[in-house]
Amino acid sequence: MPIIVEGVWYAYPNGVEALRGVDLTISDGDFVVIMGPNGAGKTTLVKTFNGLIRPTRGRVLVDGVDTREATVAELARKVGLVFQNPDHQLFCATVEEEIAFALRNFGFPEEEIARRVDWALRAFGLEEYRDVPPLVLSGGEKKRVALASILVWDPKYLVLDEPTLGQDYAQKEKLRKMVEGLLGERSVVIVTHDIEFVVDFRPRPKVVLMAEGKVLAQGKAEELLTDQELLSRASLVRPQVPEVLYRLREKGLDVRTDVLDPEEARDVIISSVVGR
Amino acid sequence: MEGGMGIIEVEGLRFTYSGSRRPALDGIDLSIRKGEFVILTGPSGCGKTTFCRCLNGLIPHFYPGDFEGRVVVAGLDTREHEIWELAQHVGLVFQNPENQLFCLTVEADVAFGPENLGLPRDEIRRRVDWALKATGMWELRDRAPHELSGGQQQRAAIASVLAMEPDILVLDEPTSFLDPAGAAELISLISDLNKSLGMTVVLVEHRLDLASAFSDRVIIMDRGRVALDGPPEEVLTDPRASGLGIGIPKVVKLYELLADGGLKLPKVPLSPPELADLVAEVA
Repeated sequence: MPIIVEGVWYAYPNGVEALRGVDLTISDGDFVVIMGPNGAGKTTLVKTFNGLIRPTRGRVLVDGVDTREATVAELARKVGLVFQNPDHQLFCATVEEEIAFALRNFGFPEEEIARRVDWALRAFGLEEYRDVPPLVLSGGEKKRVALASILVWDPKYLVLDEPTLGQDYAQKEKLRKMVEGLLGERSVVIVTHDIEFVVDFRPRPKVVLMAEGKVLAQGKAEELLTDQELLSRASLVRPQVPEVLYRLREKGLDVRTDVLDPEEARDVIISSVVGR
Repeated sequence: MEGGMGIIEVEGLRFTYSGSRRPALDGIDLSIRKGEFVILTGPSGCGKTTFCRCLNGLIPHFYPGDFEGRVVVAGLDTREHEIWELAQHVGLVFQNPENQLFCLTVEADVAFGPENLGLPRDEIRRRVDWALKATGMWELRDRAPHELSGGQQQRAAIASVLAMEPDILVLDEPTSFLDPAGAAELISLISDLNKSLGMTVVLVEHRLDLASAFSDRVIIMDRGRVALDGPPEEVLTDPRASGLGIGIPKVVKLYELLADGGLKLPKVPLSPPELADLVAEVA
C-alpha cells in the first residue's frame, strides 16, 4: 500500500499558500527525491505524509488511511520524518534516551528497546556518545543521532529533509551509502537541492521537481535532471556532466545529452571524437 | 604592503580552545597575496572556521585558548590590535546570515558598522550606498532582513561587511543554506568583488564544483594543518585530495577519465564550458 497525495492544497495561518494542488504517489519500495527552490513547498509536502500538516483541500492516504482521521503518533509508526535541522528534533538528556524515546512511546517492551538502541548506536557509530547529551555533539553527529532515533523503529516510509545541509563530502558519501543500503525494504523520500549528491545514487531515484507549491514534473533522473528548461524553473543548475555534453552538442559534436554518469560521458565523448 | 609581504601572513599558528585537549590549529604557515581568491576546504572539524576566526582577531581576543605563533593582516599583528580595528581590514561573513543581520531594515544593518566607527554622516551615507549597490541590494534596502530570501540575506550580510571597506573578505561556507541558483549567484558576486575591486577573498567552501573556477588557489586543511596548497588545477588532480575526503568536481573527474581513455586534454578544466572548449579543440 502506498502514500497517495491527492489534489492537496495547504495554506499556512498567515495566508501563504505553500501547496497548490499536489498529486503524488510513493509506492512500496520507491526511492524518490523531491527537488526545487527554497520556498517551493517541499518541506510542507513531506509534513503532510505523517499528519504534521493536514491539507486544507484534497487528501493524503497512508496505506489507505486518510491522515485527517489518524493521529500523528499512529502515522509516525509508518512514516519516519528526519528534520532538516537536528536541533528541532533532539531534546533528551542523552543520546541513548533520545534513540529510545519513540520506542517507549510506541510501547515496545524494555528488552526490545535495549536491543534496538544497541543496534542503532552501532549502526551510526554513536556508541561512544551513548551517555552524552545530543546537543553538545557536532552538526554531523547530531544529524546521525536524529537519523538513528527515527530508523530505530523501522518505519516503512523514511523521509529525510535536506540531509546533506552543512555536511562535508565524506559525510555525504557515508549518508549516500547508508541510504542505498536501506533501499528495497523501505520507501525512501529525500528532500534536497544538492543535485550532484542525487546523481551519484545507484540506483538513481525517481525525481519530483517542485516550484511555487506545485509539482512541475516527475520522472527519471536522466530525463529531468538534464532538461535545462525544467531545471531553471526549479532554480536548479544542470549537473556538470550533462552540461559538458550539452555544450559539446552546441559546438556541433554528435553527443547524447541525457547522461549523468561520468564513465558513460567519457564513452560518449571518445566515440564522438574518434568518429569525426 | 612592502616587498613580497602578503596581505595575510601566518607563521607557526597553533590554537587550542580552552577546555579542549586537541589543538584546533596545529602549526599553520601561509602567505596570501593582495587580490588573491583563495578557497579553503577540508573535512568537518579540520580547523577551517577556527582559522577564519584568527584572521579577524576573534581569536585570540574573543575565544579563550592557548595561542601560539603570529597572524599579521594588512600589516597588523592580530594580538596587538583589537577586533574593531581589525574589522576595518577583514570582513567576516558567516554561514547563516540570520546570525549577522539584526536590524529592522537592510539599510540599517549595513549602516551599523560604519556608525560604530563614529564616521561623519556623509561618509556613512557614501559607504552604505556604495555597499548596497555593489551587492545588488539597493532596491531592497528598506526591506526587513527576515522578509528576504536566503540569497538576498547573504548579500545583505556581505553589504554590511563591505561598508567597513575591508581589504579582505572572509566567507565561512556562505552558500550552505542557499539553493543552487542562489549559491551560483552569490559566488559570482564574490568573484566580481574580487575582480573589480581587487578585494582579497578567503572562501571556506565544500562545493568545489561551484567555486573552483573562480579561484586562484585552493588550500585543503586536515586536522589543523595545511594538507595541500596550490592552483586549483594542481590541487584537485592531486591523488591525495580525494583521500582527504574532498568532493572533486565532476569536470575534473571526467577530464581524468578521458585521459585514461586516451583523450589527453592540454589543461585541467574547472567548469563545464572550459571542458567543452578543450574537447572541441582536439576534436
